[in-house]
Amino acid sequence: MQQMLTVSGVHTFYGNIEALRGVDLEVHAGEIVSLIGANGAGKSTLLMTICGDPGAARGQVVFDGTDITKARTHDIICSGIAQSPEGRRIFPRMTIMENLQMGATTADPKFFAEDLEKVFSLFPILEQRQGQRGGTLSGGEQQMLAIGRALMSRPRLLLLDEPSLGLAPMVVKQIFNVIKEINAEEKVTVFLVEQNAFHALRLAHRGYVMINGKITLTGTGQELLANPEVRAAYLEGGH
Amino acid sequence: MAYFVEQLINGLTLGAIYGLIAIGYTMVYGIIGMINFAHGEIFMIGSFICLLSLMVLGLLGITWVPLALLLTLIIAMILTSMYGWTLERIAYRPLRGSPRLAALITAIGMSIFLQNYVQILQGARVRPMQPLISGGFEIMQSGDYIVSLSYLRLFIWVLTLVLMVAFTLIITRTALGRAQRACEQDRGMAALIGINVDKTISLTFVMGAALASVAGMMFLLSYGVIDFFIGFLAGIKAFTAAVLGGIGSLPGAMLGGLLIGLIEAFWSGYFTVEYKDVAAFAILVLVLIFRPTGLLGKPDIEKV
Ligand SMILES: Nc1ncnc2c1ncn2[C@@H]1O[C@H](COP(=O)(O)OP(=O)(O)OP(=O)(O)O)[C@@H](O)[C@H]1O
Ligand SMILES: [Mg+2]
Repeated sequence: MQQMLTVSGVHTFYGNIEALRGVDLEVHAGEIVSLIGANGAGKSTLLMTICGDPGAARGQVVFDGTDITKARTHDIICSGIAQSPEGRRIFPRMTIMENLQMGATTADPKFFAEDLEKVFSLFPILEQRQGQRGGTLSGGEQQMLAIGRALMSRPRLLLLDEPSLGLAPMVVKQIFNVIKEINAEEKVTVFLVEQNAFHALRLAHRGYVMINGKITLTGTGQELLANPEVRAAYLEGGH
Repeated sequence: MAYFVEQLINGLTLGAIYGLIAIGYTMVYGIIGMINFAHGEIFMIGSFICLLSLMVLGLLGITWVPLALLLTLIIAMILTSMYGWTLERIAYRPLRGSPRLAALITAIGMSIFLQNYVQILQGARVRPMQPLISGGFEIMQSGDYIVSLSYLRLFIWVLTLVLMVAFTLIITRTALGRAQRACEQDRGMAALIGINVDKTISLTFVMGAALASVAGMMFLLSYGVIDFFIGFLAGIKAFTAAVLGGIGSLPGAMLGGLLIGLIEAFWSGYFTVEYKDVAAFAILVLVLIFRPTGLLGKPDIEKV
């Protein structure tokens, strides 16, 4: 299968704190890959490092054959990566419509109407509320908007940081269905960080487990779901 | 009544000038959270560029006033923008992410530097200019007291109105304006959707400087004399206007400018000229006590 993203030996620091301690992983074109791990393991840091903010201190990030380790964030986004980041980070004083327009910053304007329609069909609530300001949306609505905004850039690789966080089970199901749909129908490759390990691994073609800034386990979604260590640490006593 | 109308005209004119400068303070504050104390000097430089441009155009034989003014406006906006751009590029950008105090001190340093720079190049004495736009029409008479509205003032008002409408449209309707607002609300996220944050900040300085240069031209035409120090007081007034209107708010800067101009005009018209500056600042203090975010500033109470 064709490589889309290769992360090799990546170290990232916040001041003196070493959040990533030599991460290796890869994502192939067309896949859904899930990354699971405890709080503070470094999952969000990895997604942000892929986007160059904070950049990797050591190691290499290659996207579609291009080394983007030292590239600037907006150039990385222009090259076809989009992220729905931790905390959603909707622009609070912009309307839903404006947030979606912002998402389309790097896309060819001629696709705007078409893409907008697509996002509205995935999340009809966004269409009904398009004039409402981002800051006043509910958590779930913000999550949908964050994913919609990321999709508006027509990414080839979509990074999602805990899309199910804080959502009602019904909405979680909907979000995961949407992820499956955009992967299958739009051929968008998805790299997903989740606390909700059960859903994430069931959805994913492959998965990684991160502990303390390092990848400790990898396998297909099924393999990881069956793995006793994974079951003990991330699955039992919950779902 | 006639006297009142006259002060109103004075105040509105002064207010237009302050408002145009205040926009530069407010936009820069909005996007990078710093007070660009050298902005008053950018205004002063804009004023000098207008003076020089009018002189050079005069030497070239371009003396038809509308053409000379239009050319001067364009030249001043371009050159002053380059000063604004350079200021950000060499003095502020290297300090991005460092403590606020460092940026503040640098801004004050740049302000002093630019004053001295102009003083060395242009001399410390005031530079006079022939009035370019003269005449006007009578709008009111009481006894032998005649109030007239000069063409110059009309020109200032119309130009201000046009620029403010244009700017409001840029901020609210264009991709650049949306990018500026995005950087204002979450700079990291703005980069994460592909906005070139550095470029957007540069353009903000450019826009602020362009408006300040227009204010510089209005000042030059109104007062007929300028020196290297005019940026100081005008800058402080405009900054006060920005804070009064609610720093970070574009309509706030316009409103604040008008209010400061009116307060100053009426105070010097009805009380004493000496304390007109104190009056403006006193009102600022009062407003800030009762509305700490300024008149149109919005307190941030949003779910994030
Ligand atoms: N801006 C920051 N400054 C300093 N330390 C940080 C910063 N952001 C993250 N860290 C630290 O880096 C480590 C990894 O954080 P990260 O947010 O990547 O974890 P995570 O796996 O996403 O956790 P969670 O599941 O809770 O979201 C943590 O120890 C965290 O405290
Ligand atoms: Mg996280």
